[in-house]
Amino acid sequence: MKRLIAGMLGGLLVMGGAAAQTDKKPASKPAAKPAAQAVQAAPAAEVKDAATLEFEKFRAEMEDSNPAELFEMKGEEQWKAKRGPKNVSLAESCDLGKGVGQVAGAYVIHPRYYADANAVMDLERRVVWCMVEKQGFKFDDIAKKPFADSNSTPDITNLVTYVATHSKNMKIAVPLDDPKVRDAFETGKAMAAYRAGPYDFSCNTCHSGDGKRIRMQQLPNISTPEGAIKGVQGWPGYRMTGGVMLTHQWRMTDCFRQQRFPQPKYASDAIANLLTYMIGTANGLEYKGPGIKR
Amino acid sequence: MADPMKIRAQMKGDVAEVRVLMSHAMETGTRKEADGKLVPAHHIQNMTVALNGKTVIAGQIAGSVSKNPVFGFKVKGAKAGDKVAVSWIDNKGDKRTDEAAVA
Repeated sequence: MKRLIAGMLGGLLVMGGAAAQTDKKPASKPAAKPAAQAVQAAPAAEVKDAATLEFEKFRAEMEDSNPAELFEMKGEEQWKAKRGPKNVSLAESCDLGKGVGQVAGAYVIHPRYYADANAVMDLERRVVWCMVEKQGFKFDDIAKKPFADSNSTPDITNLVTYVATHSKNMKIAVPLDDPKVRDAFETGKAMAAYRAGPYDFSCNTCHSGDGKRIRMQQLPNISTPEGAIKGVQGWPGYRMTGGVMLTHQWRMTDCFRQQRFPQPKYASDAIANLLTYMIGTANGLEYKGPGIKR
Repeated sequence: MADPMKIRAQMKGDVAEVRVLMSHAMETGTRKEADGKLVPAHHIQNMTVALNGKTVIAGQIAGSVSKNPVFGFKVKGAKAGDKVAVSWIDNKGDKRTDEAAVA
């Protein structure tokens, strides 16, 4: 017993939030391995300063114990449970393009066209569709509060996190040879270039050049596959500030807000088109699963 | 009711590395809502870690710890198959215990 207590190395480590992890490699090696590799792989236009490297180190540490797993656990429960007015589970009714109830590899093949819904759908939109059509939930109820805040997380976010986890380390494969998906891609591309609003901004104002940033945040160039994957990677993501789990739909909606555009409708064509452009551009690259953000 | 924890315990050499992910709001009691009302404190107060039923850590934590906290520690003398049980009690008396086997 005594030996056990004496054997505790390092004692308790508290991480999460802004707390830094102290149990690390010796100080003589300031750059952790993943960060060092990232520097070599980065294009010349993207010079990373010390702070960026520190954030990358921090993120790499946190990815090891991502609180997104907590939401994934809840999502799995909700996926398998009989719910809604029709009392059916999504596991026995929802087809995510891999067959009814199949979640493995489903996240990376979205957005895709669904004949039963006659629409191109990103994964979140598809799960919402299933909840409405198969389980009998009301769309308006889901759309009333579609995204998490620090007080509560909607079921849809848990479900998306659960599905996304099962596409970890898989290659992105948006079916762009499907004419309807190609259509959505082109529309999304046009939307990304559309300048409007009080700032006369488009998505491309910030996201079509290399090496741009806002404050400390590197901005991915979504017109290139390498940039687009950075924008896809990490969604759905756990944001440590406030401890909220957020989806890629939320990110799109928030970009609209930052541009001072009107709020897009939840689970709409507009968002699906934009996501088709962005995720489709990253086709062939590896998705690493739900992420963690500061 | 409290949500489950996620516990991962893995042998690295002769030391077991344990990571615990807890689901908890961890309200400090100093945060205010938009209407100016204080959000009452709600955080874990005591946590214990047991290896095969023997307590190896008994600690106290408070509101300064982040929401959904992660704890990491190393245990010498553990071996594969040992059971790691983590429990916590918060200031409202809510509690939770979860267990995992060392892999």
